[in-house]
Amino acid sequence: MEAALTILLDGLQFSSYLFIVSAGLTIIFGVMKILNVAHGSFYAWGAYTAAFFIGKFSDMGLPDALGFLIIVAAAIVVGVILGFIIEQGILKHMYERDEVLIVLATFGLFLVLEDIILIAFGTDPYFAYQPMALLDSVELGGITRDVYGMTLIGVAAVVAVGCWWLLNKTKWGTLLKAVIFDREMGISMGINVPLVYTLTFIGGAILGGLGGAYIAPTISVAPGLGTEVIVLSFAVVVVGGMGSIVGAAIGSLIIGILRAIAVHELPQVELFVVFAVMAIVLVFRPEGLFAPAKPRKI
Amino acid sequence: MFNDRTAKFLLLAALVICVGGAFAPNWIVNQFMFGFSRALAILGLMVLWRTGLVSFGHAFYFGLGAYAVAILDSKLGVSDVFLRLMAGAVVAGVAGFLIGFIMRNYRDIFFAMLNTAISMVLFGIVVKTESLGSTDGFAISASTIFGLSPETKYPLFVIITLVGLTAALAVNFYLKTTFGKLTTAIRDNEIRVEYLGFSVAHAIHLKYTISTILAGCAGALMAMSLGQVDPESMINWTVSGELVFVTILSGPGNVIAPFIGSLVFEVLRTYAFELAPQAWQLIMGATFLTIIFFLPGGIWSLIEKLGGKKNEK
Repeated sequence: MEAALTILLDGLQFSSYLFIVSAGLTIIFGVMKILNVAHGSFYAWGAYTAAFFIGKFSDMGLPDALGFLIIVAAAIVVGVILGFIIEQGILKHMYERDEVLIVLATFGLFLVLEDIILIAFGTDPYFAYQPMALLDSVELGGITRDVYGMTLIGVAAVVAVGCWWLLNKTKWGTLLKAVIFDREMGISMGINVPLVYTLTFIGGAILGGLGGAYIAPTISVAPGLGTEVIVLSFAVVVVGGMGSIVGAAIGSLIIGILRAIAVHELPQVELFVVFAVMAIVLVFRPEGLFAPAKPRKI
Repeated sequence: MFNDRTAKFLLLAALVICVGGAFAPNWIVNQFMFGFSRALAILGLMVLWRTGLVSFGHAFYFGLGAYAVAILDSKLGVSDVFLRLMAGAVVAGVAGFLIGFIMRNYRDIFFAMLNTAISMVLFGIVVKTESLGSTDGFAISASTIFGLSPETKYPLFVIITLVGLTAALAVNFYLKTTFGKLTTAIRDNEIRVEYLGFSVAHAIHLKYTISTILAGCAGALMAMSLGQVDPESMINWTVSGELVFVTILSGPGNVIAPFIGSLVFEVLRTYAFELAPQAWQLIMGATFLTIIFFLPGGIWSLIEKLGGKKNEK
């Protein structure tokens, strides 16, 4: 019973963090049709920025509670700066090119951004445990869990509801859906599509950064951080269906819980399970389990 | 097969390189061994790239080739160069042929992603399995040639060059056959190819299998050149990315391109790493972006431009 609860909570926690990162990836893909390998770098940048400043603030004797502010600020700063530079500087000039070529360009960006991290932050790992220590831990059904990890589930829920609200209840969401449905028609109806693209990319980047920034206190922030995350989020969006928020949520739940089961019951298959599921879904339902139905254009 | 310019150039170049290698210092011989080993995989990816397909997972076959050598070595003690090479090619080729049945129905990013998924499955298995060397991998004993164990790396270097030559000639020949000429046709318009009476699925399946055999050979030769295998530098998705990187760097223009591109890559990487160990990926990434933006035909298009006369030389 306790083991099952541990698996469930671990799985939910892992799913939550996967969801935050993948939501950004899937939004960018849904609107712009860009499979963004550099998304892993947004995550890594978010983690590094947050860890760096949490450490600095703590050294200066400021209250640890500021850590939460830093996490949100780090995500926004990283997302806005990197997202803006990359979209305006590189991707904007590639929209007419082949989809696959854009993937390759983002891979080039990924390599560049990974190294700028090394140059900016060095190779030594960062530990930003303060926010986690602040929240302490609780007893839950006989097991001890740290509260910080559980707040992750709440953050993911907020992100999910936020995305849903933005897409379905605001004017912006309507515009976005129009662009997704038919870009050219959107332009001719007077939608400022370049602006929509820029904002979407920045929004996605912020989510990538938030995933990294929020997870930073629970891990040692070290080089190579983004490499694993990006393939994991690929797995999530593929399983759920590329370009769908609901898909990203379900994909993260499936991958997160499967991985938690594997970690606890059969650690040898931990990575294997994730990618085997991804491969199986691609083989039998390439559009993903919950891909939005595509309108057929005449 | 031997009477076009590319073939003549290849034969001449291979001769010069083999003779030159005898007098070249060790580090140059090493650069060529790594470069030409990798070039085989690039040659295969080039065939796919001409069809408009990019695989972000050929490290799967590269890794299979390398691990075939490693496992034959550690479990059975096979050290013969040709047996090892055959093993790598056969293992990767059979896997590629079987997976090709699925892969031939996929295009664009789905093709890229499915390949990634499959390569990461292998990565996941190898990393977590003690008997497959886990994250440390294996050291590989020195290769022997028909029972003789050479003292220098020169014989292996000659063999790699000759394997490269054979593969380049074969692919060059293949691209001139009707099935080979379908490469660009498929990229441009699949439906028309079908109307002409060819099966696109069969053509892609063949190309895919060719590319996997070549990637397997590349992995096997790379394992022998390096003397070790490990999952991080043989199977992880970043390796697949590296292979694609060199393919784009080389350009799809000619079968010579992968060899030049791979050498440039080796040199670039060595120097970038020596000059700025913290920033070599940055240099590679920036080069990659520059190529995508300003030189879509890769290094080969530069050579063509410098040569000026495309149809002579």
